Order: sequence, then C-alpha cells, then structure tokens
Amino acid sequence: MNLAYRLAAGEAGKLPRLPGSLHLNRRLSQWLRFLPDGTIEVRSGKVEIGQGITTALAQIAAEELDVPIARIRMLPASTAASPNEGVTSGSLSTQESGSALRHACAEARALYLAAAATRLGVPVASLSVVAGDIVAAGGARTSYAELADDVLLARDATASVPPKQAAQHVLVGTPLPRLDLPHKVYGVPRFVHDLDLPGMLHARVLRPPSPAALLLSLDDTRARAMPGVVAVLRDGSFAGVLAESEEAALNALAALREGASWRESETLPDVSTLGDWLKAQAVESVVIAERGESGAAGAAHTQRARYTRPYLAHASIAPSCAVAQWTDGRLHVWSHSQGIYNLRTDLALALALPPEHIVVEHVEGAGCYGHNGADDVAFDAALLARAAAGRPVRLQWTRADELAWAPLGPAMTVEIEADLDAAGNILAWRHEIWSNGHSSRPGRAKTPALLAAGHLEQAFEPPLAINPPAAAGGGADRNAIPGYDFPAWRIVSHRLLAMPLRTSALRSLGAFANVFAIESFLDELAAARGEDPLAARLRLASEPRARAVLAAAAARANWAGWRRREGRGHGIGFARYKGSGAWCAVVAEIEAGREIRVERLVIAVDVGLAINPDGVANQIEGGAIQAASWTLKEQVRFDRTRITSDSWEHYPILRFSEVPAVEVEILPRPQETSVGAGEAAQGPTAAAIANAVFDALGVRVRDLPITPERIIAAAN
Amino acid sequence: MKSQSAGAAATVRIQVNGTEHEVSAAADTPLLYVLRNQLGLKAAHFGCGTGQCGACRVLIDGRAVASCDTPLWAAAGKHITTAEGLGDAAHPHPLQSALIAEQAGQCGYCLPGILISAAALLARRPRPTEAEVRAALDDNLCRCGSHNRIVRAVLRAAQAENIS
Repeated sequence: MNLAYRLAAGEAGKLPRLPGSLHLNRRLSQWLRFLPDGTIEVRSGKVEIGQGITTALAQIAAEELDVPIARIRMLPASTAASPNEGVTSGSLSTQESGSALRHACAEARALYLAAAATRLGVPVASLSVVAGDIVAAGGARTSYAELADDVLLARDATASVPPKQAAQHVLVGTPLPRLDLPHKVYGVPRFVHDLDLPGMLHARVLRPPSPAALLLSLDDTRARAMPGVVAVLRDGSFAGVLAESEEAALNALAALREGASWRESETLPDVSTLGDWLKAQAVESVVIAERGESGAAGAAHTQRARYTRPYLAHASIAPSCAVAQWTDGRLHVWSHSQGIYNLRTDLALALALPPEHIVVEHVEGAGCYGHNGADDVAFDAALLARAAAGRPVRLQWTRADELAWAPLGPAMTVEIEADLDAAGNILAWRHEIWSNGHSSRPGRAKTPALLAAGHLEQAFEPPLAINPPAAAGGGADRNAIPGYDFPAWRIVSHRLLAMPLRTSALRSLGAFANVFAIESFLDELAAARGEDPLAARLRLASEPRARAVLAAAAARANWAGWRRREGRGHGIGFARYKGSGAWCAVVAEIEAGREIRVERLVIAVDVGLAINPDGVANQIEGGAIQAASWTLKEQVRFDRTRITSDSWEHYPILRFSEVPAVEVEILPRPQETSVGAGEAAQGPTAAAIANAVFDALGVRVRDLPITPERIIAAAN
Repeated sequence: MKSQSAGAAATVRIQVNGTEHEVSAAADTPLLYVLRNQLGLKAAHFGCGTGQCGACRVLIDGRAVASCDTPLWAAAGKHITTAEGLGDAAHPHPLQSALIAEQAGQCGYCLPGILISAAALLARRPRPTEAEVRAALDDNLCRCGSHNRIVRAVLRAAQAENIS
C-alpha cells in the first residue's frame, strides 16, 4: 500500500501531520545514519525498479545535508530495518519518500549543527556545512563524521526544520548520473538473479498448463532419478524441483512435466469479443464522479463511442526470481518485490508464521512496470526451500511462467457519450468503464494474493482484484474524470466479480485506456466540428499548466506547420496523470504503410520541481516507447483454456528498428511540488498515436492494439 | 563432445575473457549456466532460454550468439567474451563509457547482451549508420524504452573508437 492508500484507509492516527512517509515512519534513525568514516547511510522504503529512484533520493539527501553525493550510501530496503513505505507504485516515490527524506535530513543536519555548536562553543548561527565539514565563522571546525553519534537521531521527527528553498539547491534539479548504471554496464552482479549464496540450490516450479488446471497425478520417478536432483515437491496442484545446478533443475522440470496429468477446463472468455464479454459479466458499480445534470436538456445530438484495450503483460526482460532460506523455522527472502512489507504480510498468512519470523530484503530485479511475478516467485521459493534443509534456494521463473502467470493488466471497455448542442459544444459527458479490478497486490486481503497459494492442497481463495480508492488515484477509473471544463459529467466504473485471468496493477492502471478513450473521443468531436485537435483542447482546458504542456508540445513539434502528405498523420493526446500528478502532452507523427510506424513522439511534461531532469526525461521517454509498444503490438492471447502468448514470438514488443524518435521537454517549475514521472506518458501516447492514424487514414481505430487487421476492420 | 549423452558430465576447455577454463558439466548444458554458475560471470542474463531476447549474448570467436541455447560442447575450444571481458570501471570499453555518458539504461538487465551485439557490430562496421545500429540490435529486447539512448551511445562509441 502506498501512503495515500494507507491514509485513505484511516491509518494516519491522531499524530500531527508530517510530510510524506515521515508521517508513518517518524523515527529519524529509520531514515539515516552518520558513520565515523564520513559515509551517511540512507534508508528508504521505496525500491529501485529501474526508474532511477535511488539516485533521486540520494540527491535529495546530499542536498539537505550539504555533502557530496558520493558520501551517501543508499541501503537496500529490508523489513529488518527500513521505513515501511508500502509499495513503490503510483509514481509517488518522489512525493512520499523524497519529501520524508528532505525533512528528515534537514532536521538531522540541524541536530548535528546543534551538537557542533556545543562542541566548538560557538552559536549555531555561525555554522555552515561544507562538504560534510561543519565550519564556524571564526574557522573552528568539526564534521558529521567526527560527531557521528546514533543517539542524536534516536528521536521522532518534528518537521520543524524547513528544508532548502529551490533557489538554494545545488544538487537537486541537476542531471546527476545514475548511481546504479556503472554496475549494470560492467556486468557487476547486482540483480536478485545474480545472487550466489554458499550452498545455494536451484529450483523450478511446474506451473499448470492453464489457469484452472488441476494436477491429477504426478509421476516423478524419472525426475527424482536424474543427476543433481535434490527433491521433488508436490502440494495439491503446486509442484517443483530442487537441484544442485540450474541445468539439473531444468532437466528435472522437463521430466516432471512429462509425468504430470492435468484436468483442464474452458474458463477463459472469447478473446475476439472481449469488449462485449466485459459488459456481460456480473459487476459491482460505483459512481466515480458527477457534476451538474449529466443528462442535459436541450441537447441537439448525442454522440457515443466504445473503446477497448486487451489484457497486457508486464513482459519484463527478466523472468521473476527470488532466493529463500529457512533457518530454525524463520524465513529470509531476497526479492525484487515492490512492497517488501506487504509481501511479508502475505507470506506470513500463507505460511502461518508470525510476520516477525520473516525478513524480506529487496534486491533489484529487471524493469518493473507494476504488480508482476516478484511476490509470487518469492512464495514459490519459500515453499520449495522447506525441502532444502536450511540451504538457500534460488528460483527463477521460465519465460512462459512470466508471460502466462504474472498478473495481467486488465482488459477494459470504455464507453463515452456526449450531449452536444447544435454548434457541437459539449453540454454533458458520460463515461462508463467495465474492467476487472486493477490491484490484487499482497498485504491487503484476508487471504494471501500469492499465486501458489491458490494451487496448494489447502488452497486459499485467490482475492478478487479491487480498485484502489480515489485518494490513491483510483484503479480502473484512474483518469476517467476529464481534465477539461465540461459543464456536466457522470463517470461510472463497473468492476467485474469474476476473474478468469488474474489481473493487477500495470503501469498507469486504468489511465492508459481512459485517456486513450477520452482523447480519441475528443478528437472525434473536434473532427465533427471541423476543429483543429489542438485548438479544441486549448478551448476546453482552462488550467494554465495543462495549457502550457499542450502549447509546448505543439510548438516543439511545429504542429501548426505540419505538412500533409499521403499516408502520414499527426495527432495529440493530453492528460494530467491521476488528476493530481504530472501534466503531459504528446504529439505523435506516424506513417501508415503496411503497418503503422510511429516516427516521432514529441512530449512536454510538467512534474513540478524535477529532482533529476535527466531521470525525468528517461522515465518519460521509456514510458512513451512502452506505451507505443502497447498501442501498436501488444495483446495477451488465449484460447478458451490456455494463455497462448507465452513466448516473445507470440507476445511481440517494439524492437529497436521500430522505436520512434522521442523528444522530451520538461517545463521548468522549480517552485512547485515534485510529482512522479513514471506513468504520465502512457495514456497520452496511445491517444496521440490513434489520433495520428485517423489523421493519416481517416480511420478511427477504437480497439487496441492498432494492428493492420484492426485498421481494416475499423475502415469497414 | 557431441557423443556425450545428456546428463553425463564431461570436461570441456573453454577460453573466457582471455582465460582458459576447464569446466565439468553435461555437454548439452547451456553455456549461460556454465558462465554464470561455474565461472561466476553474471553479466550474461537469462531472459527467455530460446535465443529470442538477446539478454544472454556473448561473443564466440567474435560472433554475437545467445549463450542460453548454445550447448557447452559447441563452445569447446572457442574464444568467448562476456560483457565483463569488454572492460571494467578501471578500463572501460568505449561502448561501456558511451552507455554511461548517454545515461542509456533504466533497469539495465538487457545492457550486457546489447553491449555484445554492439561490439560485434563495431568490429565489422566501425562507422555504422543509425539504421545499421538499430538493425544490429533488433534481436535484443529492451522493455524499459531506453532504445534511443542506447543507439546514441553506440554511435558515440563508434566516434570515440575512430578518434583514438
């Protein structure tokens, strides 16, 4: 759970409000520690998932403490020591952890200055900090290192020391290089996949062939007899192997697969009519927002359209991986989970252990774009490690496990209607969503949300995916409320009560489909009026920061100077992420040949104060390229029984030669609060591409992905 | 070597990053596991096991190949280079320096395999065009969307190599 989620859930208590995650983790010593060698250890509960947060947080700490960034040592998050900051999700780490660290470090600096004043016998006001040395006006000096004393920070934060103003920033706001990149280019072991502990065994899980399959019988004779095999385990429909080497585990897995007999059932919907299927299911309906009379009188005309997105896979380059070790009934797990405390909660539930008997330590995995298989594989490893007699067990999923068994981003149907007057002005707007819930993260339900928990002999009922509350940005309904000045609207979200395919959070949650739908529909309305798409948005958006990103993207892309040519088109998309995060406008330029080729994406983004502008640009570029891949290519495929898109061949993603040029302009807002950048580009990119396809071909594709087949279907 | 049956351990000599190694494993063991688990070289990463993503690429006698579906016997007696063998912090390869200069990476899991593909490209085409770089990297998947920075880094490294 991220902070907004926990505050919404009423965990805030009656304590005075402190900034960000400091509110629920008040002890200063939880956040930082000064060592006598001059190093400053900093702990955040937010974790590196490829987004560069470690570097941004180190910048913030170094800034407030007035030390070079090289003095900061960012410690990996661990339930044994780190602040509990819930889940690293929702583009909230800069807000939640960044503001906590900013205030904790400012206060720590003040405490050390007070100690220095006493030591040197000078007034605090005469002291300054230069690269970690504390210097008095008269020249006397000491340092953080010399004064290093854990007692000084063994107290609760008060947030009474104001952090630096933007004008005083030396490190914050500069494009410092990423701290993790050298290891990654030199091949220094850094990933959980690279852990190599003494005596470590290798494990693999025999995953069922389909989501509802039951293991009827398992002949493990051949697998057990293979060289290097240590154990074969079975518990209900969960089975796996432990071996001395990785190759032995894989060979045994193949043998085990041959010895398994499953009963499979047709539980999956028809992939070709998903949009209809979503609307035909039992649902729980929530009115997300209402403004004015959403069924307006005096409407001359009502226009409506339906948009869909398919199930999407995380498709990280690395399959999920974990290492687990049991020692005297206590469990230690090394995991690339986004939420180490939440994972611990569910491990405790599933293993019937007190949480304090479990330590979950974060180790980086490959890129994480939401709730992937990290938590599931940690539980798999814990289960199999029970047969390892105390030896650590490394378990890595297969590519097929990763594509077919990690939670999926849910398919969605979005229907929008607008009541228009005779001139085409919008009088009322209605937006309805049908989707599974967008979160089945661990740590929130009465039963564990861990994949194997549903496969055990004593199975736990898998929790039905829910939607995070509006205070946390919502789920299926994320960005469903338009960022425009329509006089009336009604937004309704229907959450499915059946879940044939496990769904959970994927980068930007419902915002991807909602923004795609809203911004496509707005283009349709503009086209009906003969209005330029940019002009239509500028007419309807009154917020200055919204208008600024629209204008900046349009200017940089030379929107007004676009030269129309056969088969080429440009389009624009805009949203303020979650209605409370970053403002982002995207202009897409495409060429429609045999396939759609996105040539260029020009993006303007406003994230408030950009802690590390190059980190922001990197996140926006990456998000836009990933969104282009979703928009043009991606779709989880299945028959009525099995997921069939379980290899790169059947789940293709955008390749180097297909990737568009991407230009990012960050609007300078040093005085404004920092908001996250990780998810802002997803929805606007999809909309901009779809709108550019319409501009090029006059064909409106409302069902993602925009493949040649879909264009032909839409044209007819 | 080819005659070894699956599962029976064989002793195979391979040269990795300039060092001779004698490894003992079944002859059909994927080279990737030998590199990672026997020699402790963790740069080459497992991504798919079928040679479709490029994360496990190494140079074998100068050619970029997927080590996940190269059996050990096929590497016997050959010269293997992993990303560790290209350079390190003290003596970086121009491609490694260029990746850092361009801040070309997010999660970084794909980078060692990309370095290998790029090194093979620069060996045969010292001054590639951007389109040639993209084509050479097309069998390396990146999910974080660092493609354009990586392409710029390869072009930068090509410049640097030619100047030096």
